[in-house]
Amino acid sequence: MLKILKYSFFDLMRSRWAYIYTAFFLLLTVSLLWLSGDIAKVVASLMNVILVLAPLIATMFGVMYYYNSREFTELLLSQPIRRRHIFFGQYLGLALSLSLSLLLGVGLPFVVYGVWGSAEVWDFMMLLVVGVFLSFIFSALSFFIALRNENRIKGFGLAILVWLFFAVIYDGLFLLALSLFSDYPLENFAIGASLFNPIDLSRVLILLKLDISALMGYTGAVIQKFLGTALGMAVSMAALSVWVLLPAWGIQHVAKHKDF
Amino acid sequence: MITIDNLHKSFGRQPVLSGVTLSFDRPGIYAILGPNGSGKTTLIKSILGMAIPDKGQILFQGKDIRGQWHYRRQIDYLPQIARFPDNLRVSELLAMIEDIREEKPQAMGRLIELFGLQPYLDKRLGNLSGGTRQKVNLVQAFMYDSPVIILDEPTNGLDPVALIRLKGLLHEEKEKGKLLLATTHIMNFVEEMADEVVFLLEGHIHFKGSLDSLKRQYNETSLERAIARILQGEPGFSANGHIKQAVRLAVRR
Amino acid sequence: MRNTTILAILCLLGSYFARARTVTVCPTCSFSGIKQAVAAAQAGDVVLVKKGTYREYNIELNKPLTLKGEGYPIIDGQNQGEVLSITAGGVVVEGLDIRNVGTSYIEDRAGIRVKKARGFTIRNNRLNNTFFGIYLEKSADGTVSGNHVSGEAVQEMSSGNAIHMWYCKNVLVEHNYLRGHRDGIYLEFVDSSRIRLNISEDNIRYGLHFMFSNDDDYFHNTFRRNGAGVAVMFSRRINMWENTFEHNWGRASYGLLLKEIYDAEIRDNTFRENTIGIYVEGSTRLQYRNNEFSRNGWAIKMSGGCLDNVVANNNFRYNTFDLALNSAANNNRFDGNYWSNYTGYDLGRDGRGDVPYHPVKLFNYVVNRTPEAMVLLRSLFVGLLNFSEKVSPVFTPANVADNSPLMRPITFNRTVQPKNRN
Repeated sequence: MLKILKYSFFDLMRSRWAYIYTAFFLLLTVSLLWLSGDIAKVVASLMNVILVLAPLIATMFGVMYYYNSREFTELLLSQPIRRRHIFFGQYLGLALSLSLSLLLGVGLPFVVYGVWGSAEVWDFMMLLVVGVFLSFIFSALSFFIALRNENRIKGFGLAILVWLFFAVIYDGLFLLALSLFSDYPLENFAIGASLFNPIDLSRVLILLKLDISALMGYTGAVIQKFLGTALGMAVSMAALSVWVLLPAWGIQHVAKHKDF
Repeated sequence: MITIDNLHKSFGRQPVLSGVTLSFDRPGIYAILGPNGSGKTTLIKSILGMAIPDKGQILFQGKDIRGQWHYRRQIDYLPQIARFPDNLRVSELLAMIEDIREEKPQAMGRLIELFGLQPYLDKRLGNLSGGTRQKVNLVQAFMYDSPVIILDEPTNGLDPVALIRLKGLLHEEKEKGKLLLATTHIMNFVEEMADEVVFLLEGHIHFKGSLDSLKRQYNETSLERAIARILQGEPGFSANGHIKQAVRLAVRR
Repeated sequence: MRNTTILAILCLLGSYFARARTVTVCPTCSFSGIKQAVAAAQAGDVVLVKKGTYREYNIELNKPLTLKGEGYPIIDGQNQGEVLSITAGGVVVEGLDIRNVGTSYIEDRAGIRVKKARGFTIRNNRLNNTFFGIYLEKSADGTVSGNHVSGEAVQEMSSGNAIHMWYCKNVLVEHNYLRGHRDGIYLEFVDSSRIRLNISEDNIRYGLHFMFSNDDDYFHNTFRRNGAGVAVMFSRRINMWENTFEHNWGRASYGLLLKEIYDAEIRDNTFRENTIGIYVEGSTRLQYRNNEFSRNGWAIKMSGGCLDNVVANNNFRYNTFDLALNSAANNNRFDGNYWSNYTGYDLGRDGRGDVPYHPVKLFNYVVNRTPEAMVLLRSLFVGLLNFSEKVSPVFTPANVADNSPLMRPITFNRTVQPKNRN
């Protein structure tokens, strides 16, 4: 598995897309830091971008990478190696290269700017952790989808739909449910519902750092009480890990029974 | 060496192989022929463990290959389409395969020379022409000394010189006593190279035997015309098939 | 030469002592108790209490005395009752460490009580666990300064205020440090008084609380981690300048709570990281100028009829919500503020944005109706919602807008900061 991972990672890190992705984050972060100079504000702006873009790019790259390396995968399948190892290797290579692009693009300007020692260093770390998680989660989901759909158009469409669902539609339904049942106490529902969407969960984790003042009022206090504690943090991290493991398990399950 | 017993495989409702029984026990070059969609590639992929049969079994050197992967150490494979990771260099690709197989390739240097690939070793695979990629593909397929070589449309995209080199290679490997399975559409290639022919049609084996016996059976002097006769349903093999099918339908009713 | 100097000094001292005697109290002196010494002292005397612990309570200062501690002598009420009460004018109390008044549900016990007295001075004392710290009733023309009043209040109903004023006039409260009470400073029917340079923190209810009080000022104070920083209710002409309100967090927590207020000026204050910076209910003709609102949940929340208010030249930086309104009727003016959430442009290069800024977002309304929706804050969906509302407003009032928003934040010079002197 590590062998496949190594070569996939090299292949991807040298691709034009990896450069573009890294350069985009570099440019964005540098210009935000330069324009506003307020780290808290930059973290807030970056959060909006990362929460949307990291899953979207991971989704698209996941599908693209799978379909593009379809023929090479066949060659690998003819080699004396377990199937599982091929797909996990490719998936991890992809997720790692995406994460590295993000870490370099966002992290480098911050380190140069001197985030260490500033009050926002933890907000910033949380941003990176969440970005890496989202890259892992959505590349696994899209890999899984591509693996299940031989038809590229269908696979691509489905993967984008999944992204759209988690990025927008889920929250729309969530809000609808909240306003329909607003006569009932909904705090626990709200916490539960955000655990079931990795993007929401990531967002709430950053909100706990950025918008603590607003969250301390009303329901926020309940959320803060649950997710803001060490236990809550552990639960959130566990939930995010489950979001990585679930599609990863799906990948190995589908790969095991699939004809190439 | 390879025994296939009553192999069934369908994709969805579409049967691709319906009860294929075959064995390749003597060394030599076997050409697997058949029109598009006849199940040639599926047959090969089943042997390689890439397609998983619905029914039947495949024995490699007497052992069932289901769920196994070690046996592939003894097979070299030339895929039909030579596409590799765009951003790896030729040398890295070969190193990767060496890494995976955990075995030093015996013939790599000689093959690189044979196909004139030295100038391309440090080039990225994405920047190579289709023909050069196919040469790389040939190098990776022939660089190990495995007893079985499976080739999917080996002549695809090769220039005449490379084609001659390939034929030479195939002869050489045959002389070493290896088993070579090749699918192809090029009848000249078959006539020139193959010892035996397997003809697949609609998932059934319509013929297996030497080139001469095929021609004799259909009273034809050229392979092409014999094949054409099979496809036109003369002199009765496939008619026979139709009758079988009619009977089967009748029984089901 | 030297002898004459000493003689001169002695003469000076003598003449001073002739006017004001000093009665010294110490555990080994002839006066070993304060009550005893006070009884013996005459008007204008100084009762000097030396370092030590005095277990006394119900000490009444009923003549103009100066009660002065040296090295912070401890007066321990042993939870029996009030320690000091001042019932005469011109009393000075300073340098004492007063402790343990005990909680009573029948009477409002205090560490120091001033009752119907004028011209009092209470300075540089330490009060600990005194239920009510300094309690002024029907008194005037006094100063409370440099005191350190701390309690361990846990419940609103069973705790008192650090400085409590009731029917007072013309009192100066400055440089005090107040913590752990119900309210840091409480004023009811207190007029023409001035509260400045105090630090009031970790109080259960309010850092500073005005009720039915008029013509008062408070400035240069810091209110931190209170239930709410300052509450001003039913009062007129209160000036609020250069105070800092920070970290007032909680379900009903505000930096500043205004209720039924008229004609007040809120100027040069800093509101930092409060759940709600300013919560206003039914207040009219208020001026909000040159304030800094940064990283609050809501910078300003108005409810009930708030009319004729002016919000101008303030900085609104990185607040989760800049403004929430829950009444349709609106004639408040927003002008020339800096809003970090503003995304417009300035083609005219005059430092002011060319398109108006609408500080009320649709999501405000959603959260108002369904507080749980807060978890969706900053989500893409909410962004789209706000955007579509911005393009064609349906729910948000179109007339609530800053027509000349600033492109760059204003730099304020805040120089005076309260210091904790004790």
